[in-house]
Formats: sequence, structure tokens, C-alpha cells
Amino acid sequence: MEIKSPAFKENARIALHDVNLQKALGNLKAGFPVKRSTAVARMPEFDQLRDEGTALKNHILENLDIYLEQFEANVIKNGGHVHWCRTPDDACKKILEICKEVDAKTVTKGKSMVSEEINLNDYLEKNGVEPIETDLGEYILQLRGDHPSHIIAPAIHLNLEDVSEIFHEKHNRPKSSDPAVLMQEAREMLREKFAGADVGITGANFLVAETGSTIIVTNEGNGDLTQTLPKTHIVVTSIEKVVPTLEDMTLFLRLLARSATGQEFTVYNTLSTGPRRAEDQDGPENFHVVLVDNGRSEMVGTEFQDMLRCIRCSACMNHCPVYGAVGGHSYGWVYPGPMGSVLTPQMVGIENAGLLPNASTFCGKCESVCPVRIPLPKLMRHWREDEFAKHLSPKAVRWGIGGWAFFAKRPALYRLLAVSSNLFLRLMAGKKGRIKKIPMAGGWTDWRDMPAPSGKTFMSQYKSRKQS
Amino acid sequence: MSKAEILGNIRRGLKRGEASEEQKQAVLNRINQHARNLIPQRSQLSHAGQIELFIAMATEAAAELFQLNSITEVPQICATWLKDHHIDTLVTASDEAILGLDWDSAAELTCVQRVAQVGDSASLTTSFAGIAETGTLMLHSGKDSPTTLNFLPDNHFVILNRSDIVGPYEDAWQKLRDKTQGELPRTVNMITGPSRSADIEQTLQMGAHGPKDLIILLIND
Repeated sequence: MEIKSPAFKENARIALHDVNLQKALGNLKAGFPVKRSTAVARMPEFDQLRDEGTALKNHILENLDIYLEQFEANVIKNGGHVHWCRTPDDACKKILEICKEVDAKTVTKGKSMVSEEINLNDYLEKNGVEPIETDLGEYILQLRGDHPSHIIAPAIHLNLEDVSEIFHEKHNRPKSSDPAVLMQEAREMLREKFAGADVGITGANFLVAETGSTIIVTNEGNGDLTQTLPKTHIVVTSIEKVVPTLEDMTLFLRLLARSATGQEFTVYNTLSTGPRRAEDQDGPENFHVVLVDNGRSEMVGTEFQDMLRCIRCSACMNHCPVYGAVGGHSYGWVYPGPMGSVLTPQMVGIENAGLLPNASTFCGKCESVCPVRIPLPKLMRHWREDEFAKHLSPKAVRWGIGGWAFFAKRPALYRLLAVSSNLFLRLMAGKKGRIKKIPMAGGWTDWRDMPAPSGKTFMSQYKSRKQS
Repeated sequence: MSKAEILGNIRRGLKRGEASEEQKQAVLNRINQHARNLIPQRSQLSHAGQIELFIAMATEAAAELFQLNSITEVPQICATWLKDHHIDTLVTASDEAILGLDWDSAAELTCVQRVAQVGDSASLTTSFAGIAETGTLMLHSGKDSPTTLNFLPDNHFVILNRSDIVGPYEDAWQKLRDKTQGELPRTVNMITGPSRSADIEQTLQMGAHGPKDLIILLIND
């Protein structure tokens, strides 16, 4: 996928004026956060589960190499294969190789963000293998030549009318504006594809070291048809998803559904453990796990290690005021919202994605809803520091910070400046105490008045309270 | 090549070389203990309480649920339900419980044992456990239980014995380990209600790609 993150500001400006997008984003704000908070209220132990999940992920990361090798050994024991891929290119090549081995023409796909990350569909198409997305949202996007704007609700940027139009155009059926009819259409269109595919590709939410199993969590059942009907099942996943045991996986399942859709439990939680057994009547004959690294192993032991706890629930973006205003596409790559603002610079380089960790108000909502307590604002701040240290920040930012640092390092001068600007701003504001225009700060004052400083400076208040 | 580089990166980050035998053994011990994490109070109930919770949660997840006094009532209840929905064929698993039923008592129904095919309208399988915590069924693959029956047909009947209902998921995992001597079947399916999607305008629609109806036949065994 082309990286459009450097155009974040322009993307955001367009998104804010896009009436249809704003309508669609309204559905998000009224949906996920409310459902999550209801589900959390029904689980009094939720915060304890979050603490346990956080500690468990930390334990896994401290022993990540051991757990991965244990997982691999058990997949092999069950008759499956594990392929370690350092780069997206390695992963695409390996998947194509497996497809070619079985002479695959079509491949059905369950929803997988890792497959987006490695840009798998384009690669398969260029090499003569047709990928068919089967998750309803992903299917809609594939018909439109579009990409997901959210990690669990990929088509959240679209309205009913968009779906209605593209189905009418591609399905050769009368146009309908009934979501139930549209979903039935997709169901019928995909039935034969499921049965006719040579290979099924799914992602994985977790990898269980104890048993060598992978698990997918879906509501539609498309992932299950994808992995059960074709002769070959390929799981494309990433190295941080390993957990020790079925019990440990269960802890994360309790956290995932509630944090994501606000469901008590997702409809289908399906474990895959190797290929079909001699006595089985159905199921894939070949089972492959493609383990993608793509920069993750380099995060271990750094200030970004905490990000590897992420279970991809999407709670951070569902609650983010920036995501809610500009939508996922503005971020310009695969992972949007707060988690994307931390991951994208790691995967595509801070020089391409420096605007993302800056596009945050640091309100802290993301961290407060994260089921594995990732300090997302702190990690975004690390990227800002990295960007500054590498001299990648725009000149205005560097000069601004440089100027502020000059005064901050000279407390007497700083206080003098604070007192005088306090006075100046109050004069500017007049009797009403509101400033209607500030030169070079139109981004604020065009939309709202700036309140004048209401009292004395912090230091003078501090002094007078200390005396009393 | 990639494997060595990935593991090398991880170990460099952890500031050590390959883990010592002791470290590896500690991880293996942790795995083999199957230690449980926090289990919510909700599912720690008497068996009667678990059954009640299972029924409430499964119903909330939009499953249909019939309580039967005996497994012998299964053919008739399937026949009646399917007749109401204008369906005349039922594809079933071939486990002893299902094969032992008197299907001749549901004469209007054609009953076949095979894997599911595109176009099948209804299937019947047996559930290994019911998890009260969220009204979840646990099924697994095996010689007499094709997985396609759980996903491809439009309507899915599942037999569940009251005695197979447990509180939390962890009890079901232990039950499965006990049954299979620790070797997991190819697939384990946890199913909570019928298929659904909210991908169009965040409006929930039932019956996406899996069964549109999930009918639980709860047997008083």
C-alpha cells in the first residue's frame, strides 16, 4: 500500500470537509464506545483482567524467543509448517510459493491486518493468483478498490448508499438500500467462491505455544469457511501474538471482545491445530503458519516494547478525538489511530510518518481504555523526540521549541515573559475576557475565541501560597 | 535465515544470547501447569446456576433454545421446526448419540450423514460442552463430526446435555484435555449465537456467512 502519511495534514483537511465521511464517523462515535462501556460495567473484574493481561504480555515478551520456538515445535509436531519472514517481501514470496505448489488460481481470505501490512493482495494479483476477501467489510472495499480505515470495522468510512451503489454495479442485481438484502447478496455471491478456492488465508488473533494452535475471532463465520473448505490453509500472522497456554489465551479473549465491539464474546472463536487428521472427513490437508516480523523484533528491549502488547482491539481509535474527526484513511497507511501513530513510524520510518505521533492532543483517553495498558501518549512522545533528534521536524517547530527552551533554561527571563504576556493577552481580550483574533493562530481563533489568562501566573500563585 | 535474524534481534533486545536450559525449563513448566488466570465471579456457581446462566446468555446472544426431557425428542423437534421453515433435509453428524435416535419417527424429514455442501439448509451436530459464562457452545472436529456442518448450512441444530454445561471456559479446556489426552483435535469451535455482521453502517444484521439460526437442543440427561 502506498504510504500517504506525509500528507496527513492535507488528508485531514479534506476529511473534515467530507460530509459523507463525517456522517459515517458519527456511527462510530455513537457505537463502539457506548457498547464497550456497557460490557465493561457487566464485568466487575475487568480492571483486574487488564492488569493480568498486561503482566502476562510483559512475561511473554521477556521470553518471546522461547515461546516462539515452542509454538513452532508444536505446529510441526501436528503436521503443519512454520515460515519465519523478516520482511513483507519475504512473507509475500513465501505465501505465493505455497499457492504455486498447489497450483492455486483463487484464494479466499479472512480478515487480516497483517496481510494489509505486507500488501499481499497486490502481490498475489500481480503473480496470477486471485485473492477474494470474504469479510463483508473487506469484500465491499475490494469491490471498490478501497482499503480498510479501521482495524476491526474496515468499511466504517462508508455509508449505506456507497454499499448499495457498488453492489448494484458489480452484482448485476436491482439496487437495494436494505442492509439485510445487501448482506444476503454478499452471502450468495461468496458461497461458490468459498467452495471453489484452492487456498484459504486467514490471520490469527493469538498463537498458542502449548498446542501449536492458531485462533481466529470473527462474528461472520467467513474466516471459518475460508480455513475449512480449501485444501490448504495459510495463517499469516506476526511474532508478538504468541501466548503460553489455552488458559492464557482465554484471559485475552475475555478482554478482546469487550474492548473491541463491546460483545460479551465474539460469535466464533476457532482454534486451528495442524492439518486434517487421518480420520477427519473435512478440513485442510495442508497447514502453514507464516510468521511476519516487519520491525517487531527490533522493538524488543527499546522504549517501544510496550507496543508489542497490543491485541488489536481498536478501543484506542474508537475513543480517539482525532480519529473520530478525520477517520482512518487520513493516517495514510494500514494502522490508524493512536496504535497506528506508534506502529507506523516503526514500520515505514519516522521520516515518512512523523506527522502521526504529532496528531494527538495527548488527552490520554486511548491509554485509559487500552486492555493491556499501553502508554500510547508516552510512546507517541518518544517518536516526537526521535523526530526532533533526527532533525526531521519542520523548521517552525524546531524554532518554536528552540525559542521556548532558550527561555525555559533562564527562569528569571521566563517569569518576566510570563508576566508580560499575561498582561498583554488580558489587554488584547478587553472587558469580555475573550480574544477574537491572534496573528498566526487562526487555526484556533477562526473557530473559537481564546480565553484570556484569568489570574496571576503559576509562579506568583505558588509564591503567595507558600507564604501563607 | 530469517528465523535466525528474528530470534537474534529478540535476544539482542533482551540483552542475552540463546536462553539457558534453566530459562527454557521455567517456560516449559509454566506451560505445563495450565495455571488459570482470574476467573470472573459470574460463572462460579452451582451446576443449577450454571445451567440457568447458560440459558440466559445463549438466548441473549440470539440463539434459539429448546429444553427437552429426553434426547429421544430430538428428531420430532427438528422435524417440526424444519417443516415450519419449509426445509425437508437435515444433514447430521454421525456420532453415536445422533445415530442412535429414531429418525423414522420424523418420516417427513430426509436425514443424511455427510460433510456439508453449498446449498444445505440445515445441519445437526453434538456439542462437547456448554460454557455458562457467555452462553458459548464448544464443538470439535473428529471422525464423526465434520466441521463444515457447523458453518455452511443456513440453520444449525446443536445437541447439548445439561450435564455438559460448565461455568468458565477454563473448565471446558480441562474437560477437552481429559478427553483427548492433551492432543487437541484439528479444530475447536466456540460458538456463541448465530452469524452476524455490523459492517454496513454499524447496523447489526444477523446471518452473514455462517448459520442464520443457531438452535440449541438442551437435553435433561
